[in-house]
Amino acid sequence: MTGLHIDGVSKSYGEIHAVKNVTIDVPQGQFICLLGPSGCGKTTLLRMIAGLEEASAGRIVLDGEDLTRVPAHRRNFGMVFQSLALFPHLSVGENIAYSLTLRGVGRDERRRRAEELLELVRLPGVAARPISQLSGGQRQRVAIARALAFHPRLFLLDEPLSALDAKLREAMQVELRQLQQRLGISTIVVTHDQREAMTMADVVVIMKDGEVQQAAPPIEIYRRPANSFVADFIGLSNILAAEAAGFDAVTLGGRRFRVDALPAGTVSGSKLLVSVRPEDVHLLPEGEERENSLPAEVTFVRDLGASVEFTLRAGETELLATVSPREHPGFVVGDRVLAQLPAAACVVLAS
Amino acid sequence: MSDVADIAAFQRHARPGLLLLWPGLFLVVFFLVPFGMMLATSFYHRIEGGFFEPAFELDNYARLLSPFFGKVLGFSLLISSLAAACTIAIGFPFTYFLTRLRRPAQVRWLVFILAVLSLSEVIIGFTWSSLLSRTAGLSNILVWVGLMESPQAWFPSFQAVLIGLVYIGLPYSVLVLYPALSRLDRQLPEASRMLGASPFQTFFRITVPIVRNALVTCFIMVFVFDLGSYLLPQVLGRPEHWTLSVQITDQALFQANIPFAAALAIFLMLVTIGLVILTVVVGRRRAGA
Repeated sequence: MTGLHIDGVSKSYGEIHAVKNVTIDVPQGQFICLLGPSGCGKTTLLRMIAGLEEASAGRIVLDGEDLTRVPAHRRNFGMVFQSLALFPHLSVGENIAYSLTLRGVGRDERRRRAEELLELVRLPGVAARPISQLSGGQRQRVAIARALAFHPRLFLLDEPLSALDAKLREAMQVELRQLQQRLGISTIVVTHDQREAMTMADVVVIMKDGEVQQAAPPIEIYRRPANSFVADFIGLSNILAAEAAGFDAVTLGGRRFRVDALPAGTVSGSKLLVSVRPEDVHLLPEGEERENSLPAEVTFVRDLGASVEFTLRAGETELLATVSPREHPGFVVGDRVLAQLPAAACVVLAS
Repeated sequence: MSDVADIAAFQRHARPGLLLLWPGLFLVVFFLVPFGMMLATSFYHRIEGGFFEPAFELDNYARLLSPFFGKVLGFSLLISSLAAACTIAIGFPFTYFLTRLRRPAQVRWLVFILAVLSLSEVIIGFTWSSLLSRTAGLSNILVWVGLMESPQAWFPSFQAVLIGLVYIGLPYSVLVLYPALSRLDRQLPEASRMLGASPFQTFFRITVPIVRNALVTCFIMVFVFDLGSYLLPQVLGRPEHWTLSVQITDQALFQANIPFAAALAIFLMLVTIGLVILTVVVGRRRAGA
């Protein structure tokens, strides 16, 4: 029974249901990202795990111990807040050693541990400085060091990198992941940035309207989205209307497309959605007839340097295809092309 | 470029002078001139049974050195600081929880508190004197409930003066502490709790130190305010509970000794300024350490 078990947890404020019956298992040492648009309940869920918010229903169990009714200050979890919440009246070292002071650790030991943690977050020698003298990135590191000072059982972060500029954020994502792997601590991060989630997480939990949409490793979320919301939310996706045709094919734009699998319980003729990533769409010159392909017209070309994007129109549907510059097929606006959607790349979703 | 430089130069040199002229004028006319008159009067000679005449004598100040006025000063400082401490002990937690209420509820409380401010010291003094009286006071309720044998008079007494001063200082303390406490980042106490501090520890280790400046300001303000109160000690206290402010009123109005009243007032002001400076200096040193 090691690891964290979030078991049917709900939170309602009167008539408003912020979190609805969420069940997630976090194995020991895993990095979990709660990802979703704002107002999806991810922060409320994190605050319930932290003990800052009381669950209306359900249980939160860590290593077999029911913590649902244990107050926040007895849970021994480390948390990094969105505002970082560094104490302005204490120095960097005092901030980091705050939890040790509360636990009656002696002055020398506190100083040694603060130095050690500052080394860990690669910010040595600033223990004596006031918080006001640190840059945004440095404050971020101090907040992380403070949360880790007393060897917490669980490491929680609420949009921890949102205050940083884009470049620093990317660097911190990698660093945070490396730190977590080195310490082997179970970690839960709330974010609305899917790149952040894809970079750091072992498991991404996609939430919407207080409910879990999908919980899976990043690449599976990307390759096998569970529904059209996930497909649309994570990365760019072509979502096309289709109808079931047999057990391994769909009809799309009047043509028959072979697919790997249909959702369970689908009958022939039922309405479906097909999700295809733009980079999986192959572009061929018009003429030769191929399997799983759709004639289309190029309506826009966007050369981004690192990739080339083609906007296509096939009858009523618009389609996006991305190719690397090396494979640039040289099509221009107005060209008639054949868009091939390989069976393995077509994820069929219930409508 | 030069326009910008000109404007900057104008702002640097001309604006502060012009803007300060108006309040400066007020300060001179309504504060420095009366103060100068009072300072001069404090050295004047009193004519027994009459008024006073210009002179330069230190008799008025010499009279201050008597044990009687020493005791009155000591008592004034004691009851004012005690009242200020009690005011903060009630006002600080109250304001803390007030800022945690929802916005409309906060506004309703603040309007109520501002309404209390509109009551004059006279009304407050006499209201408390009936509330603490034997015939119409709160003790009748305790008798009615069965907690007391017979109704009691709780005034005039030291406690009655203290209650009056705390009551009158409380709305001011809320108004001084409210901005600081509503600006407090709510994630700070939460961060403290996550790091293992109980709500009690969080309050004293995080909340109080962060709003320390507002607390010091509040203490000084209520203390000075209480020190200047001359009605409540007369209405709610016995003569031994009269503060220096009451003595000043007594000398000026009833003993017709304006020069001595002026000397008392100057003395009280100097002591007050001295204490405020001391508080600020000690506070700054502790903040720096």
